[in-house]
Amino acid sequence: MKKLSQERAPIYEALERFRKMRVVPFDVPGHKRGRGNPELTALLGENCVQMDVNSMKPLDNLCHPISVIRDAEKLAAEAFHAAHAFLMVGGTTSAVQSMVLSVVKRGEKIILPRNVHRSVMGALVLCGAIPIYVNPACDEKLGIPLGMSVSDVKKAIEKHPDAKAVLVNNPTYYGICSDLRSIVKLAHENNMLCLADEAHGTHFYFGENLPVSAMDAGADMAAVSMHKSGGSLTQSSLLLAGPAMTEGHVRQIINLTQTTSGSYLLLSSLDISRRNLALRGKESFAKVIDLAEYARTEINAIGGYYAFSKELINGDSIYDFDVTKLSVNTLDIGLAGIEVYDLLRDEYDIQIEFGDLGNILAYISIGDRIREIERLVSALYEIRRRFSKSKSNLMSHEYIDPQVAVSPQEAFYADKESLPIRETEGRVCSEFVMCYPPGIPILAPGEKITKEILDYIEYAKEKGCSMTGPENPDIERLNVLKGV
Amino acid sequence: MDFWFSEKHTPNVKISIRIDRQLYSGKSEFQRIDVFDSPEFGRFLTLDGYMMLTEKDEFIYHEMITHVPMAVHPNVKKVLVIGAGDGGVIRELTKYHDIEQIDMVEIDPLVVEVCKKYLPQTACRFDDERVNIYYEDGLRFVRFHENEYDLIIVDSTDPFGPGEGLFTREFYGNCFNALKEDGIMVNQHESPFYDEDANACQRAHKRIVESFPISRVYQAHIPTYPSGHWLFGFASKKYHPLKDLNEVRWNMRGLSCNYYTTTLHKGAFYLPAYVEELLQDVE
Repeated sequence: MKKLSQERAPIYEALERFRKMRVVPFDVPGHKRGRGNPELTALLGENCVQMDVNSMKPLDNLCHPISVIRDAEKLAAEAFHAAHAFLMVGGTTSAVQSMVLSVVKRGEKIILPRNVHRSVMGALVLCGAIPIYVNPACDEKLGIPLGMSVSDVKKAIEKHPDAKAVLVNNPTYYGICSDLRSIVKLAHENNMLCLADEAHGTHFYFGENLPVSAMDAGADMAAVSMHKSGGSLTQSSLLLAGPAMTEGHVRQIINLTQTTSGSYLLLSSLDISRRNLALRGKESFAKVIDLAEYARTEINAIGGYYAFSKELINGDSIYDFDVTKLSVNTLDIGLAGIEVYDLLRDEYDIQIEFGDLGNILAYISIGDRIREIERLVSALYEIRRRFSKSKSNLMSHEYIDPQVAVSPQEAFYADKESLPIRETEGRVCSEFVMCYPPGIPILAPGEKITKEILDYIEYAKEKGCSMTGPENPDIERLNVLKGV
Repeated sequence: MDFWFSEKHTPNVKISIRIDRQLYSGKSEFQRIDVFDSPEFGRFLTLDGYMMLTEKDEFIYHEMITHVPMAVHPNVKKVLVIGAGDGGVIRELTKYHDIEQIDMVEIDPLVVEVCKKYLPQTACRFDDERVNIYYEDGLRFVRFHENEYDLIIVDSTDPFGPGEGLFTREFYGNCFNALKEDGIMVNQHESPFYDEDANACQRAHKRIVESFPISRVYQAHIPTYPSGHWLFGFASKKYHPLKDLNEVRWNMRGLSCNYYTTTLHKGAFYLPAYVEELLQDVE
């Protein structure tokens, strides 16, 4: 065997060897290298369906890796400066949930910022842990939630010394980072673990002049969306663990919910992407940064738009900024971000990552070229010319302080009743209300419903944000706890 | 020796031209550039393997994209040409002595360099003192100009590859903005015949209709382009391509053309029924 090094891609290599063996399949999947489903083969291509194979000795097994998957995980751990890396095929949602489930159980406390992804809330429903929210600061002008200030984390730790862990977004959807090194230190001094949701931070491990990565900051676990900035297939992800975590324990937790038929398309895409990042990530992300910087300069020159960047840094709630993120505030042209998002898609055939009330985010990645950036900039220029309005009636405040009445798990499983939304004021909500994207909860199970929240839901609906979560899809009604 | 250049017009249709020799092959930041000599079509230029022009039939394209708007607009002083690195449009424009300024924006300097060297038939008037060449993305260039040009000629490649940005709503919108209040934009409009080209043609038309009050399409017969049936777009803020055609004025200029006549001008706007339908679907 050749020595394991970052030039290798053990899963991909094993698939290649396996293909050449021309093994006769009397196992699943039933399409048998695509022969049983010619239409699917025509759509995806023969290479693709031939790689869609079952776990077997030459290809290892994701639930209990001992050969090529283990090797791929070792290489991933090395590339990401982690003690262990776990290949995940259920999206970063499953990586985040396995991470939370690995460190807290029923009744235990976890400190986290309110602008956590819905997957974290889902994990709390699953395990019964109690969330202790740290309110992220909010930028009033931009209307976006920021990072956690270290002093707020400290206060939460002092108030809840029995908490087991602190979770940090590194970065937020908008590219904003908290002071992760200080928070890790603070958590460790208080015998707490520190977890990082790095769904938007894969590139931190490879690019230069980017915020610190969770593993380098000393965090104990991190969920990394390889399929976002890393370039692997959608739904593939990585869970990283530091030296304080027991590999076997984390593996057991992962195996509670992860499929026993891990897709080799996803696994090999992780393998190949890790190799690519390890070998060429530095140059690739330098290019991404150049593109994003160019776009920011051009967009800011249009007037009316504000493509924000490192000038926001304040040493605390905005400790650092991920310059690959192209976030643009649209309020000064009199349009909500979500309106610009819709115009870009409907009028200009440009799909961006999200629009919220005041901002849009265009995702710039290793797949972008200058000519697409020119299209985006030109379209924004056109939108201002054709659609801009005087700045008015735009609600810029997006963050509402949650009031946790009971644990998410208790609320989720409690007896409940459905009420017209306007009659729910003062009651305890038993479901999620999410404004999506970016998928940050407005309400989570166990939280008290206030008038401010109801007004906000109505407004966001009016502005065309996609609201998800409740059983009632139009959010005309909400489920609340009976007798509470 | 049997030496042929072939281009796929669809996955199932291929046209081949016998080659005498290949004069140039190179790769720029944007595309592969080749020049060949052929017994039938003379010298010809391809970009990424797609036929751009041949010495034998380029006159059709260049005359039709230039003289149609010039016979309609009464007073063209300032022209913007996007693409056109082969110089054919510039050659036709410089025939008009009352034009004062011609700005040409070509993304790929190597195309101009290669054409100057190998295609003097078209690349013959770049040194006219009215011509300014800018090497940048046309989409970016127009963004910085407002109420400035009388005529914009979009001599783009196909909407797949580096020319893609020149078939977009944002581009046409920015062109509208760069034109004076009576300005005209003419663009290379693809072919209505094969499905994929027809689709591109329809999409381009839709976006132009959305951006300009007057938007008409005219045709020409170009043997080396897919199907040979080619369209041009005539988009305008004020002038109608037929009602505002001034035949006497144009004919008094005494320009010599091999394809364009003011009679043909009128006929070119009368389109086959299926093309009318294709365009009306998105109007």
